[in-house]
Amino acid sequence: MSNPVTAPITSDIPRQPLDWLPVALPLIVAIAAFPLVGNPWTWLTLTVAGLAMGMIIFMVSSGLMLVFGLMDVLNFGHGAFIALGAYVGLAVLMPLTPWVEATSVLLNSAVFALALCAGVIVAGVVGFVFDRLLIQPVYGTHLKQILMTTGGLIIVEQLIRAIWGAETVSFNLPASLRGSWLLGEAAVERYRIVALGIGSAVFLGLLLVLTRTRIGLMIRAGVENREMLEAMGYRTRHLFVGVFVVGAMLAGLGGVMWGLYLQNFTASIGAQINVLIFIVIIIGGLGSTTGCLIGALLVGLTSNYVGFAAPKIALFSNILLMLLILLWRPQGLYRVVDR
Amino acid sequence: MTAHAPGPSFICRLLSGDLPRSRILTVILIAIVVGLVVAPFLVPGARSLNTSAKILIFIALVASYDLLLGYTGIVSFAHTMFFGIGAYGIAIASTRMEPGWTALAVGTLCAILLSVVLATIIGLFSLRVRAVFFAMITLAVATAFSTLMSQLSEWTGGEDGITFKMPQIFQPAYRLFEEPVLGIVINGRILSYYAILVAVVALFLLMLRIANSPFGRVLQAIRENPFRTEAIGYRTVLYRTIASVISAVFATLAGVLMAIWLRYNGPDTTLSLEIMVDILLITVIGGMGTLYGAIVGAVLFMVAQTYLQDVMVLVSKASEHIPLVATLAHPDRWLLWLGLLFVLSIYYFPQGVVGSLRDRARGT
Amino acid sequence: MADKGAPLLVLDKVETRIGPYHILHGVDLVVPEGGATMLLGRNGAGKTTTARTVMALWRASAGSITFGGRDITREDAPTIARLGVGYVPESMGIFSDLTVAENLRLAAISGHLDPKRLDVIFSAFPAIKRFWLGRAGTLSGGQKQMLSIARAIVEPRRLLIIDEPTKGLAPAIIANMIGVFRDLKATGVTILMIEQNFALARAIGDTVAVMEDGRIVHHGSMAELADDDALQRRLLGLSMSAHQ
Repeated sequence: MSNPVTAPITSDIPRQPLDWLPVALPLIVAIAAFPLVGNPWTWLTLTVAGLAMGMIIFMVSSGLMLVFGLMDVLNFGHGAFIALGAYVGLAVLMPLTPWVEATSVLLNSAVFALALCAGVIVAGVVGFVFDRLLIQPVYGTHLKQILMTTGGLIIVEQLIRAIWGAETVSFNLPASLRGSWLLGEAAVERYRIVALGIGSAVFLGLLLVLTRTRIGLMIRAGVENREMLEAMGYRTRHLFVGVFVVGAMLAGLGGVMWGLYLQNFTASIGAQINVLIFIVIIIGGLGSTTGCLIGALLVGLTSNYVGFAAPKIALFSNILLMLLILLWRPQGLYRVVDR
Repeated sequence: MTAHAPGPSFICRLLSGDLPRSRILTVILIAIVVGLVVAPFLVPGARSLNTSAKILIFIALVASYDLLLGYTGIVSFAHTMFFGIGAYGIAIASTRMEPGWTALAVGTLCAILLSVVLATIIGLFSLRVRAVFFAMITLAVATAFSTLMSQLSEWTGGEDGITFKMPQIFQPAYRLFEEPVLGIVINGRILSYYAILVAVVALFLLMLRIANSPFGRVLQAIRENPFRTEAIGYRTVLYRTIASVISAVFATLAGVLMAIWLRYNGPDTTLSLEIMVDILLITVIGGMGTLYGAIVGAVLFMVAQTYLQDVMVLVSKASEHIPLVATLAHPDRWLLWLGLLFVLSIYYFPQGVVGSLRDRARGT
Repeated sequence: MADKGAPLLVLDKVETRIGPYHILHGVDLVVPEGGATMLLGRNGAGKTTTARTVMALWRASAGSITFGGRDITREDAPTIARLGVGYVPESMGIFSDLTVAENLRLAAISGHLDPKRLDVIFSAFPAIKRFWLGRAGTLSGGQKQMLSIARAIVEPRRLLIIDEPTKGLAPAIIANMIGVFRDLKATGVTILMIEQNFALARAIGDTVAVMEDGRIVHHGSMAELADDDALQRRLLGLSMSAHQ
């Protein structure tokens, strides 16, 4: 669209002060953890691990955050898409073991990309069905939503068990993704750097779509005031299904990555990560992609630092983190949705 | 508003004015009560006694959840945590101290204290926020608690759990009378059973009293329209917190009873997500906001769980050559069918068994 | 000005309930094409409810609503908007997180902004041009109101439903608005406006409908009402001339 307007008088535009404090939080946590860890090389390894884990958590949480912010729907079954992603990824990698074990970067990348695509597609399809069968019928009643989606999570988890069994399964990373690069005395795992890269790409992609495209415009407007958007002629129902499916796809993508990150998991992988996702969303604030990223990075970093320093209280540290942030900003780091 | 039907005023007062309000329901309830009272004599055997005891304990547990979900309209995933606190309280007390009545008393008291503190903190903190946040926070806290219990293996026995002894008259070897009564030897197990029965009856009647008190009516008003209730002058956060504390305490007591019965406790006995789902399912199928739904639901559920799984084994074996059917009918898939039933009943059957029976009696 | 034009919007015995509250008790309203119909009445009479019911933001529980000859009682809000109905709510409905430009771009369902219309908007509302790239949330109350109106006219509409556009605005701005609405009328668009400011109502209204307790209790020409002090007092509790 061509802008027929001459440049506005810039001095008249009120400056929006950039809310930089939340952005600095991961940095603050990382620095604060340094004395607790002691060894700078261990610290580096942990930091990279934390950031990578945070990126993956961001990927799986971003969809849920958008859905929650846009349509006020909390999908307790979001973990189902993650579990599906992990298992579908496994299903793709198992028969293609030669490609996985091959030393060719091309074959490894191909099989990795294939696993990711499969996870995304299956999760998207199941997401569509989920929305149609479990979300749409009880739209508007929070109580029933929570119950229905919890039921959905159980059903999917049980189906996974029926298809793939209840035992722990193992994933093998494609050969060229294994191992680590040595930075001084720190071993930085290759896969974690890849996760950082993919996660950053997803974040930038989301940000671009939200700020530069018309659909992004509709989503941002809908998050703020759905009713007004409808009164302006937009079918938010369709918008929502789209966002829900994309959210499921992102969860599927994250699921494949998470499965590879853990390398050993069971069907409960979805339910287990549910709690972490909720913590991230509460920390990040409704409808804010940046808040979600920062929350996820914080959770990732905290889990790794505390996991190293005091493993027994790892889960509590995240809950404590959530409580502390809520005490500081009760609406989460960035408040976007006005309810 | 509860309708005060004409009837023997003693029963009316006993049930706090909350009568079944349906002939069929009354008959069913009387049958269940009678059945539970004579169960040890009617259907002898360890398995049926175990089922009956679990029914009793779940009646108390689910009724306490109904106070929260059905009457106050709050979804919480931390109910199993309080259930576990009660059971672990007894378990730890009976292993750290001399097993006996003092241990039971200490365990129960400590468990209730812990539950009250936890429920108050969770309530005051998160009931200010929206319902979905509360549900998420309870899930997080319950998960953390479960992990904690598994990790404190020195005290809790970790993943394996701990076994412990009960006061003498509850021990299986104990004999009240030398001769069998009505064909059954009155041993410690039977005595435990009846102690639990009496306890559950008392707890249930107490919950009825609370639900039908002015406090209970405020809870229902909050469930229906929190803004209006707040506007009238009731501090909804306070009421909700009290409701969740009361609910937690009853759940803790149910946990105590569970420990007394099983003389064992582990993370899977009380803290698992499966039990939380069971509770949700029974509450929904029985009928939310009725309390009687807990009775009917618990019976239906336990009987189905114990005996239906036998049927599933048969079906699974018979259809061994039909691959998909065999996998789906396998008793390990019990939770799958539960989940489906859960979803279907929320959508198609939200008023539950008791709700439907009452609607029928009213002619609606 | 005399009534002219065929009925564009017709409400026939429309009732609306919100939860247990019965707000509209049978509203009969005719908005003729090409003029401005003012919907007056005391607070709580049901004016906003009527507007929202027409826009299908609240469902009518009885009666029928016809727009341009088409029954829209059961249609949803997006459909009604796309039939050419622009809505300016009482709360303005500005998307604070979006820029002024984005608010207007979104309002243009077709996807692009017509430069001629933009020029009209800029000349009527200079602030919109000035804060084009600024976040809409940083605008003042009056500027937000202008943006809300601008959004509704960024594309041609057949009917504009405007709910209390001058609430909380300074008299100078209100005077400016009278000019804006007069120009709007000249383009042929029909206006249904809820307004408490009688100067504005009288200046631009052609027909007037007065609501009380969820019903229309008077329907006629603005000129007729403006000349009849006793009628004004009876219907509105005061006289318009005393509240200029």
